[in-house]
Amino acid sequence: MAVTSPKPPKADVLGQEDLLRRVRPANWQNPEPKPRYDLAIIGGGPAGLVAARTAIRLGLSVALIEKYRLGGKSLDTGSIPSKTIIRTAKVYATTHRAEEFGAPASTELPADFLKITTRMRGIRARIAEYHSAERLRALGIDVFFGDARFASADALTVDGKRIAFRKAVIATGARPRLPSIPGLEEVGYRTSSSIFELTAFPRRIAVIGGGPLGCEAAQAFCRLGAHVTIVQDEPKFLPHEERDASQLLSFSLARDGVDTRLNTTVVRVREEGGSKILDTSNDDAKYNIVADEILLSIGSVADTSGLDPEVAGIATDPEKGVVVNDFLRTTNPRVYAAGDVCMSHKFTNVAEASGRMAVQNAFAARRRRASRMTIPWCTYCDPEIAHVGMHVWDASERSIPIKSYTVLMQDVDRAITDGQDDGFVKIHVKAGTDTILGATIVASRASEMINEISVAMSVGIGMRALADVLHTYPAQSDAIRLAALAYTQDWPASWLTRAWARLRA
Amino acid sequence: MDGLTGLSDDALIDRLQRGAFSYLTEFANDENGLVADTSREGSPCSIAVVGFALSCYPVAVKHGWMSRAAAAAQTLKTLRFFWNSPQNDQPDATGYKGFYYHFLHMQTGRRVWQCELSLVDTTILLAGVLMAGRYFDGGGDEPEIRQLADAIYRRVDWQWAQNNGQTVAQGWKPECGFLHYGWEGYNEATILYILGAGSPTHALPPDSFTGWTVTYQFENLLGQDVLYSGPLFTHLFSHAWIDFRGIQDEFMRSTRRDYFQNTRNSISLHREYGARNPRGYEGYSGNLWGITAGEGPGNDQLRESYRDRRFFGYTARGVPYGPDDGTISPWAMLATLPFHPGPAIAGTRRLLEIYPQVCTKDRFSSGFNPTFHKNGSEWLSEGWFGLDQGLLVLMIENYRSGFVWEIMRDCPFVRAGLQRAGFKGGWL
Repeated sequence: MAVTSPKPPKADVLGQEDLLRRVRPANWQNPEPKPRYDLAIIGGGPAGLVAARTAIRLGLSVALIEKYRLGGKSLDTGSIPSKTIIRTAKVYATTHRAEEFGAPASTELPADFLKITTRMRGIRARIAEYHSAERLRALGIDVFFGDARFASADALTVDGKRIAFRKAVIATGARPRLPSIPGLEEVGYRTSSSIFELTAFPRRIAVIGGGPLGCEAAQAFCRLGAHVTIVQDEPKFLPHEERDASQLLSFSLARDGVDTRLNTTVVRVREEGGSKILDTSNDDAKYNIVADEILLSIGSVADTSGLDPEVAGIATDPEKGVVVNDFLRTTNPRVYAAGDVCMSHKFTNVAEASGRMAVQNAFAARRRRASRMTIPWCTYCDPEIAHVGMHVWDASERSIPIKSYTVLMQDVDRAITDGQDDGFVKIHVKAGTDTILGATIVASRASEMINEISVAMSVGIGMRALADVLHTYPAQSDAIRLAALAYTQDWPASWLTRAWARLRA
Repeated sequence: MDGLTGLSDDALIDRLQRGAFSYLTEFANDENGLVADTSREGSPCSIAVVGFALSCYPVAVKHGWMSRAAAAAQTLKTLRFFWNSPQNDQPDATGYKGFYYHFLHMQTGRRVWQCELSLVDTTILLAGVLMAGRYFDGGGDEPEIRQLADAIYRRVDWQWAQNNGQTVAQGWKPECGFLHYGWEGYNEATILYILGAGSPTHALPPDSFTGWTVTYQFENLLGQDVLYSGPLFTHLFSHAWIDFRGIQDEFMRSTRRDYFQNTRNSISLHREYGARNPRGYEGYSGNLWGITAGEGPGNDQLRESYRDRRFFGYTARGVPYGPDDGTISPWAMLATLPFHPGPAIAGTRRLLEIYPQVCTKDRFSSGFNPTFHKNGSEWLSEGWFGLDQGLLVLMIENYRSGFVWEIMRDCPFVRAGLQRAGFKGGWL
C-alpha cells in the first residue's frame, strides 16, 4: 500500500526559537526609560497585556515589564499547551471507540509524546505572535525584560534603571502552590509549569490534587497511554462544582481507566527501586501508589516574589496575594492589581477582564466593580464542565429561593447523533421569577455552550425569552433552549389566553 | 415464584409481604435478636436490618404471623442486647456514644470488618426501637421493652456526632475518628435529623437540620419537579416510619409541597427514565424500573453493540445522573406502593411475568441485571438482603393500613423532632 506522507501543517514548522523570538527575543534592547510613564505594568501575561493595550487606546504612555516571557503562564505552561495536549488525547479517545461510529479502530499506545509536544510547541509559537514584543513595541509600548522592584510609592527599578509612573498595575500572576508532603521535595515532582517539558512519556503517573488542572492532566495522560492515579483529599473532584458535575467527572475518569482515589491524603513520598512510592491514607485505609512521575496540582498562589510591594505601601496577603478593593486598587492609591496576583478566580478570562478594568478604574471616568463580573469558567475534561454565576449553595446561603431546570444531554438529539450524550445543562433560576442566577453545563462542548448563558445573564435575558430564541437544529446548545422550555411549562397559559384561543377556534 | 402471577392484587401483596417478613425470623439469632444482613453463609448482622425487624414484629402480630408474646419476647431480647452490649471506644465494642457499629458478629454482637460507627444505620435501628416502645403498651415483658427503648434512645449523643460542625458526620471509627465523606444534598437522612432533634438528652440544635437542607437541589428533571436525590431508596427510608403527608418544613413550605409529594414525583421521574432508557439497557420500560442502592454484577466491562458498558458491584445507583449500569432492584417498585399503588403493582406484575427468577420463596433478590449475562443467564444477586425485605414489609403495611405511620405519629420524640426541625401543619 502506498503511503503518502502529508505535508506537515504549518504550525509544526514553528518551534522553540519562534516562540522565544516573539515573547523573549534574545537580542532585545530595553528602551531608555522616559522620565515618567502614565502607566507602568509589571507582568506581561494576559492581565498585563490587556492593560497595556487598553492604556494605549486611551493615549497613555506605557511601560510593560516582563521578567520571563510575554504571554504569561497561560501561553507558556497553562491553557494553551494543556489544551493542545487535551485535543490530541481526545483524538486518541475517539479512535479508541471508533467502532462505535462504524469506523475502524486503531490505537497504538502509548502515544508518541515527542510528536505531541512538537505540535504543542508549534501552536504555542503561532499564538505567541499575537503577544510578541515587536508587536507591542509597534503599538508604542515600552517593553522591558527584567526583574521589576518597587523603589518608592511611584517608581520601580528594572535592572538598575528607574521607571517612574503616575499609575501602575501589578499583574505578576501566580505560581503553583508547593506542598508540605514529607519526602516529595527529595523524590522530585512536576507541576503544571513543568509537566509538558517531559521528554520521555512516563508509564505511571500519580496526580496529587483533584482540581481542574489535576483532572484535566489525569484524563489526558491516561488517554495517551499512561497508567494514571489521581489522589484527591476531598470527597469529590472539582470541589467548587456541584455534586452531579463532579460525580459525572468521576465516572468518566474511571471509564477512561484513571485510577481515582477520593478522600485520600498523601502522607509521604519515597523512592524505592527507581520508582516513586506515595504512601496514602483514606481514613483508616492505607495504600501505596507507585509512579514514575508525580504531578502536583494543588492550586496556585499569587507571585510577588522580588517585587518589594511593601516599599510602595502595598499590602499583600500570603493566601490572597496583593490586597485590592472592589475597584482593584491596592493600598497604594496609585497602584492597581489585576489577574492571578489578586483575583480569587485564577483564569485567563478573568485576568484579561481585570486588566482592562484596572486601567479603566485608574484613568477613566466610570469605575467598575470586580464583584459585578459575570465569570464563566470551564474544566476541559471530557465531558467539559462549565459554570457561570451562582451555585445552588450560594443562593441558599443568601436565602434566595432557587429552582434548577435540567436537561440531560442524553435527551438532546445532536448529542445522541454525536455519540456525546454524557452530561447535562442545568440552569438555576430565582424561584417564581424569570431571572437566571447561574448555570452548570457538563457536555463535550460545555466551554462553548456556557457562553450563551453568560450573554443572557450579562444583558438580563430571562428564561422566557431564551425559550423563544430559535436555535439551529440539531445542536448541542439546543439543550439550553429545552431547559428554558421546561421553565415555560411551569407557567401554563392563563385562562384568558385559553379563552381567547377557544373563541378564535 | 410459585403461582404468584395468578393471584389477585390483594392476595399477591399479602403473600409478598409475608414472604419478606419471613426473612427477618429465618435469619435472626434467637439468643440476642440480631438479624443477618444477607442470607449468605457467614453474613454478619446489620443493625439497620435489626431496626426493620423490630418495626416488623408488630406488623406480624397484626396479621397473625406471630403471637404478641413471641414478638414481645424477641423484641425484649433484642433491646436487652443493645442496652447491655459494650459501648466504648475499643475497636471491638458494639457501639460508642449510644451509636452502633454498622455490622456486628451474629453471635458475639461485636463489631466486624473494622466497619464504621454508622449514624444512618443507628437511626434505622432507633426507629425500630422507638416503634417497639410505642407498640408494646401492655404488661408482662412489655413494660421492660418500653423502659429499654427509652433508655437506648436517650443514651445516643447526637451532639457528639456533629464533630463541632453544624451537620452530623456520617460515621466514626476508633482507628481514625470521624469519617470525612461529604454529605451534600437530599437523601435518606431526614429521619436521622428528626430523631436527632427529638432527643430529650442530647438534641441536635435546630440549625443542624437547616445546615443540611441548605445543600438541597430543587430541580425540574425530565418534566418532574423534585427535591433531587438519585437512588430510589433515599425517597423511601424515612417514609417507612414517618407519615409526611401534609406536614412541611421550611423548605417544603417554600416550594408548596411535602416530602410525600416529592417521593411521588421522584417515582414518576424514575418511571420516565425507565421509559426513555437512554443507555439502552435490557428490560427497562415505564413499567419496569427501580434503580437504587444495591448489589450489581461487579466491576466488569462489556463491549457490546460497539458500546462500552461498565458494571458495578454494590453501589448506590441513581436517576437520572447515574450511575446506571442496567441493574434494577426487583423489590423497589413494590416498595413504592403507598405513593403510586397502580404503577407499583403493574410494574411488579410485569417483572414477575418476564423475569420470575427475581423472586424466590416469595422474596425479592437485591439486584438483577438482564443486560449482563453470566453463564448464559441474566445476572441475579444471590440470596436476599435484609434491608430490602424489612423496607418492603413496612411500605406494604403503610399502603394497606398506615399502621406504622400511626404508631410513630404518637411517638413523642418523633413529634418533638419534627417540630424542632421546623415541621408544621397536617397531623402535627
